[in-house]
Amino acid sequence: MQAVAVTEAIRHRKGFRLPRFLRRKSVRVAFGVLVVMLLVAFAGPFVTPRSPTALVGPPFADPSGAFPLGTDYIGEDVLSRCLAGGSLLVLYAALATAIAYIIGGAVGLLAGYSRSVIDPILMRIVDLLLAFPAIFLVLILAARYGSGADIVIIGIAFIHIPLIARIIRTATLETSVRGYVEAALARGDSTVAILYREILPNIAGPLSADAGPRLTTSILLIAALNFLGVGLAPPAPSWAGMINENIGGIALNPWAVVAPAVLIAVLTVSINVVADGIARSFGHSTEEVIRR
Amino acid sequence: MTEPLLKVTDLRVLAPTGGAIIEDLSLSVRHGEILGLVGESGSGKTTVALALLGLTRRGARIAGGSVRVDRDELIGRSEKELRRLRGRVVSYVPQEPGVALNPAIRVGSLIRELAQLHRPDLDPDVTVRAVLDRAQLPSDDDFTRRFPHQLSGGQQQRLAIAMAVVCEPKLIVLDEPTTGLDVVTQRRILDEVKRLRDELDTSMVYVSHDLAVVAAIADRIAVMYAGRLVEEGPSHATITEPHHPYTQGLVSSIPDHAVPRRLAGIPGVAVGVGDRPAGCAFAPRCMLKTPACEVETPALERVGPASLVRCLRWRETPAVAVQLRIPQEGRDGQALLGIEELRAGYRGRSGLVLAAESVSFSVASAECVALVGESGSGKTTIARCIVGLHRPDSGRVLLDRAPLPAVAKDRSPDSRRRVQIVFQNPYESLNPRHRVEDALSWAARRLRGIGRNEARRDVELMLEHVRLPRSIAARYPTELSGGERQRVAIARALVAHPDLLVCDEVTSALDVSVQAAVLDLLCGLQRDLGLAMLFITHDLGLVASVADRVVVLERGVICESGTVRKVLASPAHEYTQNLVKAAPHLPAGSAARSP
Repeated sequence: MQAVAVTEAIRHRKGFRLPRFLRRKSVRVAFGVLVVMLLVAFAGPFVTPRSPTALVGPPFADPSGAFPLGTDYIGEDVLSRCLAGGSLLVLYAALATAIAYIIGGAVGLLAGYSRSVIDPILMRIVDLLLAFPAIFLVLILAARYGSGADIVIIGIAFIHIPLIARIIRTATLETSVRGYVEAALARGDSTVAILYREILPNIAGPLSADAGPRLTTSILLIAALNFLGVGLAPPAPSWAGMINENIGGIALNPWAVVAPAVLIAVLTVSINVVADGIARSFGHSTEEVIRR
Repeated sequence: MTEPLLKVTDLRVLAPTGGAIIEDLSLSVRHGEILGLVGESGSGKTTVALALLGLTRRGARIAGGSVRVDRDELIGRSEKELRRLRGRVVSYVPQEPGVALNPAIRVGSLIRELAQLHRPDLDPDVTVRAVLDRAQLPSDDDFTRRFPHQLSGGQQQRLAIAMAVVCEPKLIVLDEPTTGLDVVTQRRILDEVKRLRDELDTSMVYVSHDLAVVAAIADRIAVMYAGRLVEEGPSHATITEPHHPYTQGLVSSIPDHAVPRRLAGIPGVAVGVGDRPAGCAFAPRCMLKTPACEVETPALERVGPASLVRCLRWRETPAVAVQLRIPQEGRDGQALLGIEELRAGYRGRSGLVLAAESVSFSVASAECVALVGESGSGKTTIARCIVGLHRPDSGRVLLDRAPLPAVAKDRSPDSRRRVQIVFQNPYESLNPRHRVEDALSWAARRLRGIGRNEARRDVELMLEHVRLPRSIAARYPTELSGGERQRVAIARALVAHPDLLVCDEVTSALDVSVQAAVLDLLCGLQRDLGLAMLFITHDLGLVASVADRVVVLERGVICESGTVRKVLASPAHEYTQNLVKAAPHLPAGSAARSP
């Protein structure tokens, strides 16, 4: 609970204005946890006690002084692999989600705001993408272009794009008939200014509510693809891969499975709570935010 | 005196949070009497209406008191017993019949179902016909096979009323039954309600925010403020000689097409039930307030043979002051805005739906022209054409005799600046993500090309102009009341330094007392800044209170235009005559007394 203490300390420092979404206690806690998790993921690779890919002991050894979390199925140090196995997972998931939001967002905004033939055309393309089974799409890509990280990122982005485009289009449609958009049109504001000033801030709420689960899905998709041998393939360490590798020895050294599973769970839950907090700070509970 | 039919004693309704929505409310209605229950938004009038059926909104609960209809007590009954009583003893006509009538059931089945439930002794087909006849709706198969959404708003409401009387209940509760309907339809519903009362000798409680409508139909009026009854008395007396300062303010706020007058309004905003102050809830807005008012909640006091008032200082309440208004006529100045042979419509599924057809009129500088019409008459479309939000099919919009391009984007920045619009709904015309200051200064910078600092100074000036405190600049629209938002929207139009202000039903989303204050503001601005104004409304009373000339629109076509005085006093066209006849106005007594 160090994280909580840190954020609480920040909160009480004089002259510092807490971002609006952090005014709820549950979000502050989750934010603190998230920061710690990101620290583990990105600083972890530099502080591993042993090489994460070196065979250092017997397979599935119990935790001991030398191996605090025991060893895995081929005798690598579980603690080292846990510390090293987060960075690429988080990075890939974040990249895939970000790319999906940029492309899907642009498509959705354009389709929702255009009120012209662009809308049905874009939406039919989106429907076409939607018709592919998600994992299948990435596997096809992998079969054609190899199973590199770039393919995984692009593939996962393409899984998200149609859904994001749909959500943003609907939100944009609803917002673009509001009086303040009309007022901007009557002022002669440019389309870019209207999208940026009037529409985007008003769809940020549903967007950020959606972003949490989406980032989580990306992480889980990477894990699933990992299992199929695409993307972060062994021996490179990854939390998702570790679960698959070691599931057979769960009775011998449960920590080899439990530790990465807990890391993924804590990461995804904290992401979701923070994203929800951001959404709330935009959305329905504005009054509540104001009252504090 | 005989026992009243409805007797409510010490009714208390609590909100989920535990605060009292309704406090110790008592009233009674005699046989065959119509009681008008009047209040602004948040006054608790709908809560009372529902409590008369033993109902509450979700979460709220009836904490005490009694509601007796004839010999039946409704409070404390089980839901099953209540269901037996509803419809037979008390029935309810909801505010929006379009929402209340099940959209998936045909009109015939709707009535038949009701008949079988409550009157199994009668032949359902006979009942169906009787109900439709009573509502003056056709009873042929073609009609009974329609779905509720295929009926007009007026037909829906007549049907809802006819259905409410199927079981000949002793009491009918009508909750804002004419809100959202056109005046002519409203008049018809009011006549219908009166006729039913005369025929069936039913007692009624008519709930409305509109004192003029209530005055037209009720025998007695009860005025509510912040969950309490503040005044009750015979209809005519209550309106001509109100005893409570709130009622007095309300009466002074009502526009009247028969007597052009300046509206006074009540300062401030009605308090919600949650933030009711100690003592008299009206004290913060009251001009007669004394320290005692903020300490002690006044009791209902008998002030006349049949009147009650809840005020410590009712003896000092001034008489309703009518400040007559003389419309400015014969302004022969150059036409600032010209509309020539405008034709505009929407492409619907069945081809072009025309909203305006060969519409021509003009607005001179510093003149206020009212554009009047019922809903669907095309008045908003015309406004949108003027500011370049809707592309007309033919015709021209001229500014200073120079034609304007159809779309705002193609117009010169200066012409965009000179014509500003204020939209109907202040709840969505302001971007909830922008502080008042940002919204206003952005408009000023965009339209006048001025710098940040100059814009900020202008914003402060404009807020002062629309009588808002400077502190509002840092707030978001969601933190403001409806009246404050509409003032901000007006200020946003004014920072452009316009020559013409197009006001599209700017007060229709506001409470009566707030509407009066906003109108007063607009009139003042128009006078002080020499603005020309195109005031679009469906309310003839407002026309009399703000406009110099009036243009009457019937289904997209101008049917009459002229000076306000002439058109309202002696309308030439049949449509205008109907509008004038149907518009509710206060009994003459109140208008007879000039300042």
